[in-house]
Amino acid sequence: MTADFFLSLAQAISKGLLTGMVYGLMALGLSVIFGVMRVVNFAHGEIMVVGMYLAWMGFEYLQVSPMLSLPVIAAMFFVAGYALQRTVISPFIGRPEHQQFLLLLAIAILLVNACLAIAGPDARGVQMDSQFESYELGPFVFDAVRVHAAVTAVVIAGLLWLFFTRTRTGKSIRAAADNNLGALVVGLDVRQLYAFTFGVGAACVGAAGALMITIIPVTPFLAAEYTLLAFVIVIVGGLGSMTGALAGGLLIGVSEAVAGLLLQPSLKSMVSFGILILVLLLRPQGLFGKSGT
Amino acid sequence: MSLLARLTDGVPARSLWGLGLLLVLLLVAPALLGKYGLSVLILVLYFAYVGQAWNIMMGFAGQLSLGHALYAGVGGYIAAGLFFHYGIGPWAGVFVAVLAASVAGSIVGYLGFRFSLAGVYFALLTIAFSEFTRIAFDHWGWVGGSGGLFLKVDATVDIPNLRGGPLLFYYVILALAVGAFVVCRVLLESRLGRYWLAIREDPEAAQAVGVPVLRCKMIAVVISAAMTSLAGVWNAFYYNNLFPETAFAMGRSIEFTLAPIIGGLGTLFGPIVGAVVLTGLGEIFTDLSELFHVSGLKQIFYGLALLVIVMYRPAGVWPWLAERLGFAEKRR
Repeated sequence: MTADFFLSLAQAISKGLLTGMVYGLMALGLSVIFGVMRVVNFAHGEIMVVGMYLAWMGFEYLQVSPMLSLPVIAAMFFVAGYALQRTVISPFIGRPEHQQFLLLLAIAILLVNACLAIAGPDARGVQMDSQFESYELGPFVFDAVRVHAAVTAVVIAGLLWLFFTRTRTGKSIRAAADNNLGALVVGLDVRQLYAFTFGVGAACVGAAGALMITIIPVTPFLAAEYTLLAFVIVIVGGLGSMTGALAGGLLIGVSEAVAGLLLQPSLKSMVSFGILILVLLLRPQGLFGKSGT
Repeated sequence: MSLLARLTDGVPARSLWGLGLLLVLLLVAPALLGKYGLSVLILVLYFAYVGQAWNIMMGFAGQLSLGHALYAGVGGYIAAGLFFHYGIGPWAGVFVAVLAASVAGSIVGYLGFRFSLAGVYFALLTIAFSEFTRIAFDHWGWVGGSGGLFLKVDATVDIPNLRGGPLLFYYVILALAVGAFVVCRVLLESRLGRYWLAIREDPEAAQAVGVPVLRCKMIAVVISAAMTSLAGVWNAFYYNNLFPETAFAMGRSIEFTLAPIIGGLGTLFGPIVGAVVLTGLGEIFTDLSELFHVSGLKQIFYGLALLVIVMYRPAGVWPWLAERLGFAEKRR
């Protein structure tokens, strides 16, 4: 009995960790956009859901596996994010929060209802052979799709880290995030960098969407839930911190899976919101955030 | 000075005449409008009323709440639950509802303000509490859980129990909207109102010159929550059903914020103008999208309209309109 219980608990935790990696990648996009531009992307979950739908369409109509369409979707989202920032969002940088909120809310409404108009309200999922495969490690069983998704998410996060620490553009973006005025003074094209950042953030969340569709089917109504989830993760980990976003994703992924096992599945987000409230009150800069920001 | 004289102090005569005419028109409106027109006007007044309530917190005191559905939901559920289980009419139940919502507001407010959460962080705290309550109500049998709470639909007018047709609910929400307008005017002209504006513009400077910042913010959240809970009670008895999924939905909280933001944050007429614009657009888009049979089309139009408004009138419609019409009110 107890041995069984611990096994299923360990199983739930490992499942939560694997899903949490994808959550982390999604939250990374939000964190990058906020950390650099101080714009709160209220359309984040909606962008994610668009990514899920694109991956589903690629599978349904072109028979391309979501893993293969992922780079294409990420590239498309980069371009779309870049363009969106240059045209619509750019004037709102530095404006009061409620105006940014309304702008992104309008974008969110447009995106999610475009999905609804095109794909309808029914849940859309992909059926792949790998969904029936699993890896066994001692007594543990891991779903193959979750492992693939988690590994891919980690690889993308690693690439992102390399981009921000090793490339000139990445370093310039960090400079603009740390000190906007200083970046302008030394002659960086901050507007360009902002657009680039939004593109990178959108590409992250688009990639996360392509991974997520292999785990669960998509409906338009998931969008708002994902926006909230991304916020919870990013606040818990620390807004603007890359490690924080990933660690927050793991924490929330595990807490959801464990709450689903110990309590009822419908109570799982209650635990996440509980964690959010505790973090907001006790450590508002987040678990990995720098204090005083 | 008498209250009336104080309220109208400094308001130009033609504005007063305009307001008086508007009030008379609203009072006789049910005789002029059909069933459909009345239902639209009811929606306008409802959003104008909750907009005023939300505006106190955000427009006056500068605290962004995206969880006001919590107060409307708690208020509505308590009044409806008391009526459903014990037959206690809403006129008595509303006191419990207001009390409960005020307590909820002071908990959220105290935690947020005491731990000095501002902006997005405070907004997320309000969302978290609202979502938390939604899930709790989903599992609470007394309020019907996720299956919902239903009041018996009864069109015979029974004013003590707030039962009746749209006409009754029209006059109740009209009274609430007019009351909220007057209350907001009184608050804005009071010392407290000035304190709020000071806090909104610069909390640290306000603190430095001796404004009791925490107390003023607390008063704002409690007044706002109490007023919002009245809207929740009205809503519960008007629609006769309550589900945690909709009563505490983030979408509902967002709905409450739209009229004041679109109309003009921190202005007295902003929530009213915003409610007219949004409800009007909503009705037009419903008709328009019926021509095409595409699901989600109405919301696409709505999203486009919001996008255009926020891009071209970021400070809201009313400040711009007021200038065109030659009225003085600007965002304070």
